[in-house]
Amino acid sequence: MKLPSSIDAVRCRDLQKHFGTGEAQVHVLRGVNFSARAGELTFLVGPSGCGKTTLISVIAGLLDPAAGEVELFGEQTARLSPAERVLFRRRNLGFVFQQYNLLPALTASENAAVPLLAAGVKHAEAVDRARALLVKLGLERRLNAMPRELSGGQQQRVALARALVHEPRLIVCDEPTAALDHATGESVMELLSGSAVHPERAVIVVTHDNRVFRHADSIAHMDDGRITHIEQRTPALREN
Amino acid sequence: MNFVALRMLTGDRAKYLGLIFAIAFSTFLLENQTSIFAGIMRRTGSQIEDVTDADVWVMDPATKYFEETKALKDTDLLRVRGVPGVEYAVRLFKAQPVARTSKGNFSAAVMLGVDDATLIGAPRKILLGSWERLREPDSVVLDQAGYNLLFPGEPLEIGRTLEMNDHLVRIVGISDASAPFASFPILHARYSEGLTFLGRERSQMSFVLARPKPGITPKELTRRIHDATGLKARTRNEFRWDCIHYYMENTGIPVNFGITISIALLIGLVVSGQTFYLFTVENLKQFGALKAIGVTNAGLIGMILLQALTVGFIGYSLGTGMAATFFEIFSHKMATRGIILMWETVVGVALLMLFVVIAASLLSIRRVLVLEPAAVFRG
Ligand SMILES: Nc1ncnc2c1ncn2[C@@H]1O[C@H](COP(=O)(O)OP(=O)(O)O)[C@@H](O)[C@H]1O
Ligand SMILES: [Mg+2]
Repeated sequence: MKLPSSIDAVRCRDLQKHFGTGEAQVHVLRGVNFSARAGELTFLVGPSGCGKTTLISVIAGLLDPAAGEVELFGEQTARLSPAERVLFRRRNLGFVFQQYNLLPALTASENAAVPLLAAGVKHAEAVDRARALLVKLGLERRLNAMPRELSGGQQQRVALARALVHEPRLIVCDEPTAALDHATGESVMELLSGSAVHPERAVIVVTHDNRVFRHADSIAHMDDGRITHIEQRTPALREN
Repeated sequence: MNFVALRMLTGDRAKYLGLIFAIAFSTFLLENQTSIFAGIMRRTGSQIEDVTDADVWVMDPATKYFEETKALKDTDLLRVRGVPGVEYAVRLFKAQPVARTSKGNFSAAVMLGVDDATLIGAPRKILLGSWERLREPDSVVLDQAGYNLLFPGEPLEIGRTLEMNDHLVRIVGISDASAPFASFPILHARYSEGLTFLGRERSQMSFVLARPKPGITPKELTRRIHDATGLKARTRNEFRWDCIHYYMENTGIPVNFGITISIALLIGLVVSGQTFYLFTVENLKQFGALKAIGVTNAGLIGMILLQALTVGFIGYSLGTGMAATFFEIFSHKMATRGIILMWETVVGVALLMLFVVIAASLLSIRRVLVLEPAAVFRG
């Protein structure tokens, strides 16, 4: 079942990327064609070192591809100036990292409010919106906790709130459950699929944790710098 | 993002306090040492500064500074008086007799002999007694610090005697003459009497003090006196600077202070600069995350500058507060009187510290700007 490409939120065509030069050069992306639809949870899976992180970095505009193009919501990101790209990212992207990357000096609410603060929202309003979201994610008791006082699962939930707080149209998550035990990873994944998925938002999750595959709407399999095949899941399959 | 920047800064308490301490410490040392240095240098011209009745100092061309003078000839006074534009000119002599008390205390002193008729050359202020009483035979005015040195622990009172070269003189007044370079007592006497206290027959005119007629500047008068007499003539201010330059060039004082000041500067630059730089480097991951999230380069630069200026401002304020307290205490002590925290140092060190924190933040800013935001995905 192929949906019209017009609803693809993310489209990559023939992406190439290498690191290093000469003998030491590694060809990491070897012609990647990939897309992710709004309203869906798209998994990107594959063995370690196959280029998943590199791919989402390119999609998010954190790395420039050597060739090929990235289109986000109809916008060719290569056409944006570096400054415009930063603003585009600020407005449209949310990130969840494997290592959470919370700011250790800020409370949970403040951490979750950072994208709003970066966009110039007033402090009080930003923190209020972040709190509301943390409450939804089950952290009502830890709003003023510092990251070091939080468990890994709690930290990842704060990171999730930070990715969601400014209501971006694309969320990229790199191995969000890799640092968590199974049960905690499972609950973070529940929250991710429950709160991040939105009709106008695409969510890309890099993982090689097959225990959470059932949350995916589609699974792109990657190996050695290429997408090898795409599994489309029906809503019925997804439920199980 | 100001809020985030400040929280990042204060979140790492040990580094934050270390930075503030380094800046405060070097601010204090710099302000303290430069002010003391300036104060000591200023003292080389204290006795020149005290003479407010004459603006022009005339001396033998061989006289380079106040302490060491080559005597003028008696006729030089008349020659100076003959220069057009001179309102009045009087003589002043300076000598270094040893003053003894009846109890046996003694000290080398600076003796200034002022014009018999007008007493021009004496400082205006007197704490006890009066300048007029110098007209009494065998009388001197002694400064307060000298009094404390010669009569330790005794209350200030006039009427005590000192012995100089077998002359017994009576103290008829106590002045608050500015602290001299070497902390010797300062004695003022009439010119004619001072000579006899020294047991010298020959005239010992060290300086001629002159004042220009209205409408003529002191500077212009120095030129006229020099042209007419061949003597060296300096305005009060020029002569004070001559003394300062003499000590700068001919003593180890500038080198001594220079070393301390350089060390303070080095500590300021290196310790605070490096600590700040390390602070940024340790937070690179956080800056990387902020970069990925979409904080602009301008935003990141603003954050780092705010952090640097904040520690700079707090450290500088603390250091200046410490320096102000130090001088508040010591400027009231007799031995260190008149040595004050100079506003020039306070402003100068402020600019210097501004330079230090900006230099430190430039290195940090560079690190953050070249940071690859994609690195946040890697552990
Ligand atoms: N900045 C870089 N410099 C050099 N090599 C890199 C860099 N980033 C990634 N690589 C290499 O690219 C390959 C793919 O890395 P990555 O995209 O992180 O894979 P994955 O996320 O699938 O594990 C690896 O061999 C890795 O060593
Ligand atoms: Mg990876």
